[in-house]
Amino acid sequence: MRRQALIALLSYWRRNWLQFFTLLAGLALATALWSGVQAINAEARASYDAAAATLGEGQYTQITANNGLPIAVEDYVALRRVGWLVSPVVEGRLDGVRLIGVEPLTAPQGIGTTALSIEAELPSEPTLWVSSGVSVDGVTTVETPELAPNTAIGDIGLVSDLLGAQGISRLLVLSDQPVRQPPLESVVQGLNVQTPQGGSDIGRLTDSFHLNLTAFGFLSFVVGIFIVNGAVGLAFEQRRPLVRTLRALGVPLRTVIAIMAAEMAVLSLLGGVIGVVIGYFIAAALLPDVAATLQGLYGADVGGTLAIRPVWWLSGLGIALLGGMAASASALWKLSRMPLLAGAQPRAWSMQAGRGRVIQTIAGLFMLAAAGIFALIADGLVTGFALLGTLLLGAALLLPMVLNAALALGQRLAKGPVWEWFWADTRQQLPGLSLALAALLLAMAANIGVSTMVSSFRQTFVGFLDQRLAAELYVTARDEEDAVALEQFLAGKVESVLPIEQIDVEANGLPAELYGPIDDRTYRDNWRFLSQVPQMWDIVQAGEGVAINEQLSYRGDLQLGDMLELPGITLPVVGIYGDYGNPIGQVIIGREVFKELYPDSQALRYGVRVLPEDVAALTDQLVSEYGLPEANVINQAGIKAYSLDIFERTFTVTGALNWLTLGVAGFAILMSLLTLSGMRIPQLAPLWALGLTRGRLERLEILRTVMLTAWTFVFALPLGLALAWVLLAVVNVAAFGWRLPMFVFPTSYVFLLVQALIAAGAAALWPALKLGRTPTSHLLKVFANER
Amino acid sequence: MNARVLALLLLWPLAAFGQGFAGLGSDADGFALPQRGYTFDFPTDHGAHPEYRIEWWYVTANLTGDDGAEYGVQWTLFRSALAPEEAAGWSSPQVWMGHAALTTEDAHFTAERFGRGGIGQAGASDQQLSAWIDDWELDFSHMTASGTDWRYDLSLSETGPLVFHGAEGYSVKSAGGQASYYYSQPFLAVDGTLTIGNEDIHVTGNAWLDREWSSQPLAEDQSGWDWFSLSFDDGDKLMGFRLRGADTYTSATWIDADGGTTAYTDGAFMAEPLENSPTSGPEVPVLWQVQLPERGLDVTVSAINPDSWMPLTTQYWEGPVTVTGTHTGRGYLEMTGYE
Amino acid sequence: MLKIRDLQKSYVSAGQTVQVLKGVSLDLAGAETLALTGESGSGKSTLLHLAAGLDVVDAGDVFVGETNVGKLNEAGRAHLRRDVVGVIFQQFNLIPSLTVEANIAFHARLAGKYDADWCKRLADRIGLTEQLGKYPEQLSGGQQQRVAIARTLAAKPALVLADEPTGNLDEETAAQVIALMLELVSETGAALLMVTHSSALAAMLDRRLHLRAGQVA
Ligand SMILES: Nc1ncnc2c1ncn2[C@@H]1O[C@H](COP(=O)(O)OP(=O)(O)OP(=O)(O)O)[C@@H](O)[C@H]1O
Ligand SMILES: [Mg+2]
Repeated sequence: MRRQALIALLSYWRRNWLQFFTLLAGLALATALWSGVQAINAEARASYDAAAATLGEGQYTQITANNGLPIAVEDYVALRRVGWLVSPVVEGRLDGVRLIGVEPLTAPQGIGTTALSIEAELPSEPTLWVSSGVSVDGVTTVETPELAPNTAIGDIGLVSDLLGAQGISRLLVLSDQPVRQPPLESVVQGLNVQTPQGGSDIGRLTDSFHLNLTAFGFLSFVVGIFIVNGAVGLAFEQRRPLVRTLRALGVPLRTVIAIMAAEMAVLSLLGGVIGVVIGYFIAAALLPDVAATLQGLYGADVGGTLAIRPVWWLSGLGIALLGGMAASASALWKLSRMPLLAGAQPRAWSMQAGRGRVIQTIAGLFMLAAAGIFALIADGLVTGFALLGTLLLGAALLLPMVLNAALALGQRLAKGPVWEWFWADTRQQLPGLSLALAALLLAMAANIGVSTMVSSFRQTFVGFLDQRLAAELYVTARDEEDAVALEQFLAGKVESVLPIEQIDVEANGLPAELYGPIDDRTYRDNWRFLSQVPQMWDIVQAGEGVAINEQLSYRGDLQLGDMLELPGITLPVVGIYGDYGNPIGQVIIGREVFKELYPDSQALRYGVRVLPEDVAALTDQLVSEYGLPEANVINQAGIKAYSLDIFERTFTVTGALNWLTLGVAGFAILMSLLTLSGMRIPQLAPLWALGLTRGRLERLEILRTVMLTAWTFVFALPLGLALAWVLLAVVNVAAFGWRLPMFVFPTSYVFLLVQALIAAGAAALWPALKLGRTPTSHLLKVFANER
Repeated sequence: MNARVLALLLLWPLAAFGQGFAGLGSDADGFALPQRGYTFDFPTDHGAHPEYRIEWWYVTANLTGDDGAEYGVQWTLFRSALAPEEAAGWSSPQVWMGHAALTTEDAHFTAERFGRGGIGQAGASDQQLSAWIDDWELDFSHMTASGTDWRYDLSLSETGPLVFHGAEGYSVKSAGGQASYYYSQPFLAVDGTLTIGNEDIHVTGNAWLDREWSSQPLAEDQSGWDWFSLSFDDGDKLMGFRLRGADTYTSATWIDADGGTTAYTDGAFMAEPLENSPTSGPEVPVLWQVQLPERGLDVTVSAINPDSWMPLTTQYWEGPVTVTGTHTGRGYLEMTGYE
Repeated sequence: MLKIRDLQKSYVSAGQTVQVLKGVSLDLAGAETLALTGESGSGKSTLLHLAAGLDVVDAGDVFVGETNVGKLNEAGRAHLRRDVVGVIFQQFNLIPSLTVEANIAFHARLAGKYDADWCKRLADRIGLTEQLGKYPEQLSGGQQQRVAIARTLAAKPALVLADEPTGNLDEETAAQVIALMLELVSETGAALLMVTHSSALAAMLDRRLHLRAGQVA
């Protein structure tokens, strides 16, 4: 009997292979999306260490000479001889190429070798490893795509010879040091230790990118769950009459449920396996971009190939099984409580969803309330993600209610019987479509949320770069005497010279860096403030107020108008500026006050404002005429352009993932519509009999889906923005301690709407065409046959 | 392969490593070869011999703490030449590698340092016995090395003469005639401090210095060696090694308490592994039967800490041992070429 | 009102051609009522569908008023159903997503002949004034068919085609429903062609025609 029941239940699929395919494809796609994102994430994280750096800039504590001059080899040896594990780096430019010499015996693991270890061919002559297109006269070169552009790297001996360098540019301090070390000053004087601070380096911003991917993985998981749920729910709904018949023939309910549960488990696993494979290809296709992104960010190798990691394999299968079983659990539960004869008709379209909808609405409101509470108390990543979860689920649960209200409004405003019917009928379709629409809602919200986050991120970053790297050139004097001469040399040749001077102070008892910039339009034009009083720069330069960075304002709980106590002076805060990625507090006071407080301070670094076309000539003058070492002149425009390019690549990845999520949601709609189309005929036949052509009905069916999508978008927009807000203002703050300002990008949302409408229209096309091509005899049968 | 060794291969024009254990089986083009009948010249020969491919300053010490516990200490400086010359500055072809270890009954701490010649970061003096790499130092009066969480600082004093192995310091390593120069100072009294974490331990004991240099000490088919330095309670000492290859090749030196030596050629000295033990590297024999019938010696040598594996760029086993049987005492065991 | 001449229709099913109507002719004047009877499978529904423009003829002519239905394209036929004829089937006549009230008004509004008073009167006549806000699935079979009749007559079609409108109902209810329909049809002056199995019901109409094996007996 069990066998017969099994055959009967399975025979359903033979006659409905399309539905079987959609169910399997739904499971597979949801799994694919999840495991694809997981794969990328796992790969990115696994590459994290390897990608640490081509050269370890920003990763290691570094030692440089205070005067900016090279460090003597003897000083290096002296440091080594007392137990300082440091490794020398020689750096300079040769015909515009950045040459880096490392000492491979003492260099930290991975420095300079990560990129190089792949080409294991042994050179028999002095060799430089170069980025593509670079050549150096008289030296064998090996192209290494992993290197940052226009860079060559080689042994310190070779590079020193090429550069004619005397001494060492800087020392990398290894992270593991022996137990006892004498203080640096007692060994060599005049050296300066720079800990790898966030500072202006972008390491912390890139962490945010990782979080970004994690959030995307999470969102795609939720979308996936909804799709699986929808597919399974409909498959069960369709087999109700069959179940009734089987039970009428004496098959016990428990047997039926057991068979169907086993069937679901097998299907879920099958779909899961297919999905993981698809996910692998998705990830493999996207990985070059991820690799490019990370490589750009860290300047090191991520590897363009994908390793198969059990973590995401298993998590992919897990989600398929979990999703499939969770979805069938509710369907089976419903089945078990159904009276024998009731529900022979598929009721996906029934008006009886009424009571369920009330419960769902209450649950949704409850979730949103919980989200509100989380928003108030959120102080860590866990609460941040809980906030995300409750917000999304709440919104998804409320979607049918919101759409129903919107449709009821449409119905009230409708003119003419056909449009009245259109709205009424759409309302009736809602329960059958609501899961697919919820998936669409989440896909669009994720799309809006993540792209808003990434865009805000980029805008902030660009603004930050503009603010911090406003000057065209940065030059460093060798010592204080040199600085005075340099100022004189530059005076008159350039638009303005901005001394960069910094004193470590305590501000309201907190450690902070004190700056006293001159009054220049560079600051007035480029600096952006989170909040400021009018005429802020005038007040600061008049010595009547200070500007502080966001970190200090958070840490010291300082608002505009609060007093800030500095050594020797107390001034009100008149401006607060964003300072992304810097963990240390900063204070800006007027130039005159600064000079009064620190008359002996002499800047060694300068920002130089000069017309962009004069940069090259001035660099030349500084090096050949004035005699400044090349390494002391930095062209920031190049660095800026390179950094921006990196963020464009970040976009490529998020963009592709956005399309993918949307595509999967579109597929969910297609699936639901196909399943519903069988039930649609009796609903549409009377209209046809009353004089509506099939062509008209077909167009109305497409319009219905497009319209539902548009309404869903209207709901998704605020949800997506809320999502972005949570990511930027809650999760980011919890993770990194600073808040990214949120920028809104209306045109990209319009573009998304168009994208979504196209996807929905495409999804509706096939079922509608199928309906439009229904033979009249099928329509007529509705009126004559007992179904 | 370790990334740093790889980097070494990549960044130097000359590639010398690659075959046998740490490349000791390569041929000797351009490098000087040890000659029978060489007269040692001190203190010059305490210093480096850049015209030879490979050289080491190797100290092992058996120590006892105030608490009665047994400890072992190793201090090694290897020199490896990529070309048979020395040059000043970065262009020096001399590469230095330091290994240090501190062994207790249940722990084994190791550390490794690299340095290049020509700049003074690592080297050896020809004025007296003095070798160093970074802050690790060795001379006849003191010896110090450290890792991230351990360190030793030991005072040494000579209590006997230098000892020459083989034919007055010409030590043959295979039937084919490969050889090295090899002398020792096995009479070093030790007093000093071990530091493990925050704990200082006062120790005393004795140390044994080996000096060896050559250009091709191993035959092509030899894969590794087992080397014993044993100090017996009656004051006599024994150095013996067994080179594993197509045929096993052994050699030994019996050292009387007053420094007098007897050299034994291939076959006289026998060492048979009795028991293997897992380590953090491969499985290696940690219990040996050692025999020198001509001296009536038949002893069992067992490791104080079986897991004395050196998980460094060049990997091998090196640790203190105890001796029981016809003679009792302690010593050091080194086993290379296990995989 | 309805003129059929030498009408032929065949179906292809399972590779075999079945000739269902083999040259049927009939005439139905305005305001006349005609009962069409015959064995199951004799072609009654087929004839009705052709008259309503729900299907296309093979040969012969069907005139509704002056219009030759056989000459119309799909849009033309849809127009005919909307403006000139009203069709009542055995079941599933109603639009499930609309209320009873909206259903009654639907056809009339579609045809642009909506008359609120007339609709209200019809609702009153079929005795469902109380149920106007309900949805079709909340009504009994007899009630649903009465709503279908009201909806058809609300549009005041010139020709009403009914295919066993009471086939699912018990005899007594069927007689009541048919009586009501005849009353309303005569009020609007429409012609009626009704297919039925029941001689008793057929007797309530002006004339009766029997189909046998695809021909008028
Ligand atoms: N779409 C179709 N395809 C094939 N055969 C059809 C189709 N519709 C009707 N037939 C056949 O045409 C014949 C006439 O059918 P029709 O429905 O007109 O009979 P009927 O007289 O209305 O019968 P009943 O009293 O049972 O309703 C039947 O033999 C039927 O099987
Ligand atoms: Mg019929």
